[in-house]
Amino acid sequence: MNKISVIIRREYLTRVRKKSFIIMTILAPLLMAALIVVPTLIMMNDDKDFKKIAVIEEGSDLFRNVIPDTKDADFVYLPGVNIDVLKNTFDTAGYYGILWISPELINTPNAIQLISKKQPPIGLLDHISTSLEKEIEKQKLLAYNIKDLDNILKDVKTNVSVQTIRIDDSGKVKTTSTGISMALAYIGGFLMYMLVFIFGAQVMRGVIEEKTSRVVEVIVSSVKPVQLMMGKIVGIALVGLTQFLIWIILTVGMVAVVKTVVLKDKDITEVAQTMPQNIMTQTQESIPPAQAEEMSEGLKEFTRLFENAMNQDWFLIILSFIFYFLTGYLLYASVFAAIGSAVDNETETQQFMLPVTIPIILALMVAMGTMQNPESSIAFWFSIIPFTSPIVMMARIPFGVPYWQIFLSMFLMVITFIGFVWMAAKIYRTGILMYGKKSSWKEIWKWLKYSG
Amino acid sequence: MPLFEAKNITKTFGNFTALDNVSISVPEQSIYGLLGPNGAGKTTLIRIINQITGPDAGELFMNDRKLVPGDVQIIGYLPEERGLYKKMKVGEQAVYFAQLKGLTKAEAVKRLKYWFKKLDIVDWWGKKVEELSKGMQQKVQFITTVLHEPKLIIFDEPFTGFDPVNANIIKNEILFLRERGATIIFSTHNMGSVEELCDNITLINKAKTILEGSVDDIRRKWAANEYELVFEGEINLKENGLFTIIDSRFEDERSTIRLKTERDMPANEILSTVLKSGKIISFNPALPSMNEIFIRVVETRN
Repeated sequence: MNKISVIIRREYLTRVRKKSFIIMTILAPLLMAALIVVPTLIMMNDDKDFKKIAVIEEGSDLFRNVIPDTKDADFVYLPGVNIDVLKNTFDTAGYYGILWISPELINTPNAIQLISKKQPPIGLLDHISTSLEKEIEKQKLLAYNIKDLDNILKDVKTNVSVQTIRIDDSGKVKTTSTGISMALAYIGGFLMYMLVFIFGAQVMRGVIEEKTSRVVEVIVSSVKPVQLMMGKIVGIALVGLTQFLIWIILTVGMVAVVKTVVLKDKDITEVAQTMPQNIMTQTQESIPPAQAEEMSEGLKEFTRLFENAMNQDWFLIILSFIFYFLTGYLLYASVFAAIGSAVDNETETQQFMLPVTIPIILALMVAMGTMQNPESSIAFWFSIIPFTSPIVMMARIPFGVPYWQIFLSMFLMVITFIGFVWMAAKIYRTGILMYGKKSSWKEIWKWLKYSG
Repeated sequence: MPLFEAKNITKTFGNFTALDNVSISVPEQSIYGLLGPNGAGKTTLIRIINQITGPDAGELFMNDRKLVPGDVQIIGYLPEERGLYKKMKVGEQAVYFAQLKGLTKAEAVKRLKYWFKKLDIVDWWGKKVEELSKGMQQKVQFITTVLHEPKLIIFDEPFTGFDPVNANIIKNEILFLRERGATIIFSTHNMGSVEELCDNITLINKAKTILEGSVDDIRRKWAANEYELVFEGEINLKENGLFTIIDSRFEDERSTIRLKTERDMPANEILSTVLKSGKIISFNPALPSMNEIFIRVVETRN
């Protein structure tokens, strides 16, 4: 037992003291944030150029000034201009493109064309089609000769923003945001995938290093091969936990900073109501009222999100993350250790890696789908089956999962990892001292059956 | 009294028999040679002694009691294929191996300082292993093998990677360890070092013991009918009915002649026939080298 702790300490310290570990620990949360923020930014910023678009109608006057100008685009209605003439000159005249509308549009959806030199952004096309759809609907309604239609339409116009409220088994009511749950599911599933893969592969590399450098020959005369394998696996698991703990501390620290700096450390819901006014009074002179309002709106939205985020069952999320990380990691790390022991160098690992990576990648794909529909039966089964459950279950938990499902999945996970560690130990014991032999699945199967 | 005994050890891997009823008995405070061609089963036997693998049949004894897992503390093993963690510092690594053998950190550091000084590698304590030459890495490995003062030390090809000067230093250290009370099992292909170091040997070929006994006995037995004569000056000895000449050399004003007699006969008879041939400096039964014996035994068996 004492010897295992010596091995664990070495495995742990040599890794934690590495520069790459320190850099990764600090950089990973930033990378993770970038992974979420950058696509959003790209989506929002994809086309900042201002566009002027000529609108031409073929022999009618149905859609004059129907499409409102937006932040990035002006729609200039040009009555009676010939399309063929404009086609050749719109570029030099400073237009981004020509929107050509046929009067048939009311009946034929595709009787409209946007002619441009570049691929127009999706947002622009969306804007055009929704504006026109509205107008056509209006035109069609008009054809029914309803009295006072304008007022009716105004009255009918509504805006819906769904507030999701979840009631848990104890009857407690929580306001949650699907957005936050999705983000958590994404982070949880993806992080699990990364950690299991990264640290599992570290185990494999460690085993191969010991085997190729023949250090293992020296060590196995002092400790049992199984002790060496478990020491390595546990040592690296502790490295992973350390990293995770630092991330949690960093996150909690960041949350605290946000709370004190942005929200002035008051009760959040109270802040949500009072803050906008504070900001208004403070900034009235320097910022035009409209902008100030926009800002306070933004802050309100942020506060609401923040509150929703705090309403997540963090305790359950973090505990189950640690549990699934440990068991999932133990399961895969023992397989990785067995693979490492069976080969002579890293290039040989490929034939064994494929069957191991398939369930992990499958789990990640299912986890991504889970975010759309956390209650689907695929999500259910994959979150119960041990090979995929760590990743898929982490993606489901933020949406709320019945406890019996979590316990069932955890139970199966424990049974499976014990079985796999046992098998891996048998393979490892033989493989680690076997050189120059091309190992195959058949060979490994034989090792499983060797005694002492 | 033997310190270590292995009785009737058999080990198979699937259809392959690595050891077939092999026994060795290692007297206390002696150096025991474990010889044999590549793939004969030596490494398997050594691994069984180290309890890395278990035998299919047979028993192992240490000090007249059965070998137990705790005995790894009193065994030191320098494997033939050996290595160190390349990225780890030399001193730190040596301490790690010592701790795995049950030494406390403080005790390990104390003993390591002594040995590092003795083998003249003190300056390398804080260096990474990858910066060391092969010979220096071997020294570090030698130290980690003997640091916990094991009763039984197993050296598998301990001299590979050493230049002659350092090989000699290590050889003297091995002899010194025996003097201090250690018992040593020594596996090698270098027959010269067997003659120099070993008291007893076992020769294994194709999983079976084919020769065993004390080195002196074996050499005498295999040398029964050969003699070496040294004369002053150049001498041309003629064969007669009693012996044939195997080899004749003249260097440094001396003739060295090797004879082989047709049958067992007293040395006096041969001497009397050559007495008149010249001025005799020495006359000895010619002991074959272990190398010759090794090749002859293995080849006849094959």
